[in-house]
Amino acid sequence: MYGFELHQAKSIADATALLGKTGGKALAGGQSLVAAMKLRLAQPGHVVDLAGITELAGIRSEGSALTIGAMTRHADVAASAAVKSTIPALASLAEGIGDRQVRNMGTLGGSLANNDPAADWPAAVVALDATIVTSKRSIGADAFFRGMYETALAPDELITAVRFPVPQKAAYAKFRNPASRFALVGVFVARTANGVRVAVTGAGPAVFRSKPLEDALGRAFTADAARAVELPAAGLNNDLHGSADYRAHLISVMAARAVAAT
Amino acid sequence: MGANEPGLIGQSVLRKEDARFLTGTGQFTDDITLPRQTYAFFLRSPHAHARLRGVDSAKAQAAPGVLGVYTGADLTGVNGLPCGWLITGTDGKPMNEPPHPVLAQGKVRYVGDPVAVVVAESLVQAKDAAELIDVDYDVLPAVVNVVDALKPGAPQVHDEAPGNRCYTWALGDKSAVDAAFARAAHVTKIDIVNNRLIPNAIEPRAANASHNAADDAYTLYVTSQNPHVERLLMTAFVLGLPEHKVRVIAPDVGGGFGSKIYLYPEETALVWASKHVHRPIKWVAERSESFLADAHGRDHVTHAELALDKNGKFLALRVQTTANMGAYLSTFASCIPTILYATLLAGQYTTPAIFCEVTAVFTNTAPVDAYRGAGRPEATYVVERIVHQAAVETGIAQDELRRRNFIRTFPYQTPVALNYDIGDYDACLDEAMRMADVKGFTARKAEAAKRGKLRGLGYASYIEACGLAPSNIAGALGARAGLFEAGEVRVHPTGSVSVFTGSHSHGQGHETTFAQVVAARLGIPLANVDIVHGDTGRVPFGMGTYGSRSLSVGGTAIVKALDKIVAKGRKIAAHLLEAAESDIEFSDGKFSVAGTDRSKTFGEIALTAYVPHNYPLGTLEPGLDETAFYDPTNFTFPAGTHICEVEIDPDTGVVRVERFSACDDFGNIINPMIVEGQVHGGVAQGIGQALMESCVYDRDSGQLLTGSMMDYAMPRADDLPSFQVSTKVTPCTHNPLGAKGCGEAGAIGAPAALMNAVMDAFAARGIVHFDMPASPHRVWSALRAAQPN
Repeated sequence: MYGFELHQAKSIADATALLGKTGGKALAGGQSLVAAMKLRLAQPGHVVDLAGITELAGIRSEGSALTIGAMTRHADVAASAAVKSTIPALASLAEGIGDRQVRNMGTLGGSLANNDPAADWPAAVVALDATIVTSKRSIGADAFFRGMYETALAPDELITAVRFPVPQKAAYAKFRNPASRFALVGVFVARTANGVRVAVTGAGPAVFRSKPLEDALGRAFTADAARAVELPAAGLNNDLHGSADYRAHLISVMAARAVAAT
Repeated sequence: MGANEPGLIGQSVLRKEDARFLTGTGQFTDDITLPRQTYAFFLRSPHAHARLRGVDSAKAQAAPGVLGVYTGADLTGVNGLPCGWLITGTDGKPMNEPPHPVLAQGKVRYVGDPVAVVVAESLVQAKDAAELIDVDYDVLPAVVNVVDALKPGAPQVHDEAPGNRCYTWALGDKSAVDAAFARAAHVTKIDIVNNRLIPNAIEPRAANASHNAADDAYTLYVTSQNPHVERLLMTAFVLGLPEHKVRVIAPDVGGGFGSKIYLYPEETALVWASKHVHRPIKWVAERSESFLADAHGRDHVTHAELALDKNGKFLALRVQTTANMGAYLSTFASCIPTILYATLLAGQYTTPAIFCEVTAVFTNTAPVDAYRGAGRPEATYVVERIVHQAAVETGIAQDELRRRNFIRTFPYQTPVALNYDIGDYDACLDEAMRMADVKGFTARKAEAAKRGKLRGLGYASYIEACGLAPSNIAGALGARAGLFEAGEVRVHPTGSVSVFTGSHSHGQGHETTFAQVVAARLGIPLANVDIVHGDTGRVPFGMGTYGSRSLSVGGTAIVKALDKIVAKGRKIAAHLLEAAESDIEFSDGKFSVAGTDRSKTFGEIALTAYVPHNYPLGTLEPGLDETAFYDPTNFTFPAGTHICEVEIDPDTGVVRVERFSACDDFGNIINPMIVEGQVHGGVAQGIGQALMESCVYDRDSGQLLTGSMMDYAMPRADDLPSFQVSTKVTPCTHNPLGAKGCGEAGAIGAPAALMNAVMDAFAARGIVHFDMPASPHRVWSALRAAQPN
């Protein structure tokens, strides 16, 4: 790790001002950033710690929507009665992130802002058509994720909360990379009044929606319908742990398992 | 003494060492920080193969906190790292043995090859300075796998090894094998790859070296399985230092699996540099360095053929193996795919003729050396995969084909040099089949099929040769070191005992097992016995721990020293009791005059030895402290049968290990709990190799693609079933403990058992060729290729 200056922000305004002034990196749970810094892969000169901003953490159920603060830890989402009673798929997704240490430190907002191609949260946000509330504005899920590690956030813009509309049914199924246990393919399936949305993580450069699966599940929300969809491999990741063909195949399999779990 | 010794032997005594390990009070190398401590960082090659045009370290030398920056050019008078075993090839010539410099000289030959070491006041300063070293690399084409390395025109790793060949070596009677094949009723052929592994001990390698100007002596704390061997190799072969001026201490060590046997560049450079900076220097490998620069394991490509008669009797086995040595010969690299491999190809079977030819090859990869099992897992994998395939082809049941060929008369001379002293292979097979509920398998398979899953059952009836020895035979085969073990028993005046053993415990539990042997033998409480190991300054000598040798060789050395203690105690007792020495009996901690109630306790004898007021000073030295060296007369031969049952999900390619049953014969057992733990760990590692682990280098660039836990899949608890283990006992005939060794068996039996189960499950889909690891993507791809939809 290289040396850096640590700033402990007191409020959202304080944090955005510090980010604007220093050009530094925001530190949420630190489960990606600190690891990258230790490996000297990331070398921010300034780090703005968000842990002291109490207004960023918390879970609120508001009837048709569930709002989760950006600094809410994965473990708190997993354990939340409010989450379990409104969108239980989010609790089980949170429970399946990383290991116990990661879940106790890592945050929803940190994960979304980082937009790791194999992160779990982006799949939930996109499939549920959630709204990302920032220090400046509200951003729709489809507009938020721009590509590998890229989002619509400005450098001095902070995610403050995410508003998840409560779906009729939803579930997440993840096939883990046997080494890292990150999603080799993760599929979040949601049925809402506005139709079915299917979001895929791990398989491509960033989270994406699968139109063929959404169409098939729109016609019949069954595991068999999902399993019968044959997806093209073009554009999917191809690495040691899975060819693009394998990932394309797994998307249908995991979608079917997610539907079966709803 | 044997399993019937009263008291502690055969008891699952809780491990004495666990109190400190479980409370975080162990002393590992990184826990040791010396006054005026400095820190080292090694700059490593980012290229697999490059000529070093120049290394400019001027800026690094001037960086804050830097005490020294050293490159290969600075290490004048320092020799290369030696290889401890000379293999003579089929051409009668010694193996090609290119220099293995401590820091790169002229060329770098693998990603991670150390180029320079920076010593600074802090680790961060050392790292920062290393970034200022300007290395001018002329990048060369690289070769990483053995097939590519042997092709004409392949990049040449060493000028001293034309065609990248280290040696071609053979064992067995080729003409007898050819003749047997000519009259075979059936021949089974397989091509298999034994996948390359990265050891990943939980504690990374570490060293802390210092030089004391007052007596011109060095102290090295290092993560070593064999500190005396480390010192001998480093002083005599590399640094030219007087051996008595170097003390090597291997304190608590967190796992080795072979990877901490070897003399590595890092600690050697630290010892050398410690005199130059006049300060102690510490280095602790980062996990990514462990991936790059620990000696790797396995990496064989093999073609094998088995000839059978019409009744399924094995007539002959023919094996051709190409083994990857990596970029340099590590300490024992050369003997792993030869002496410890080809000699095991008889397995548990009466195969009368065996011929094995091995070609060892240099590549632009990290050095390859012994890893838990070391040659024997590779041999078992060849034998048991081909036996499985032969059973499939001949239609003979897996257990039946094995039974038709089991060795049942001992001692048994194999056609590949070994002489098995004892064993009962049927007993282990029977018990493993019972534990595995083989009878219920057909129903379980049918039930799985209803769920769309493929089930398979696989056997591995393995044998291993442990307790490497005897020294004179090993020497004739090329060993450059002895293979005995030393033990010293020091009885203190109050009757408590310190035992100094040349074996080294890095997870094995010697402090408990050895103490049980000593306490039982002397009839004293376990708490009165301490086991001291891992320090050349305290232990007389030692060859260390590897090859499942600690109890059978190191334990026997202790027993021999105990025999001397008891013999001397008998003399003292005879004097005190005014009886003839031949009338003194020793049992339950008492020296007694036979047929009387007159006796002296062990403690009384000890006190007398050190306070010799009433003592035969004219004929007997005072004190009670004895040392013994033990050189075994033969290997020991642990053997057993492991049975694995898997279920494959064709939708995802996931292989789940549903059941794993292991019945092993380790000879007499001192502590069943520790033995069971060793089997569990070994089986987990074996399943790891078969199911998920695989070291992959990029074929073109030579970059290590599996350079972290993100890409190198280590088994976790939830990848494993609850194991069923049991033991059968045929005591080893040639050591007084009757012990054979248990440390490696799991890693030897498990891969073949698991892969045979996968092949059994695959049979329904017509797949006959498949290599480890049975990872989801590879399994799914094999299934899809077999049955394209």
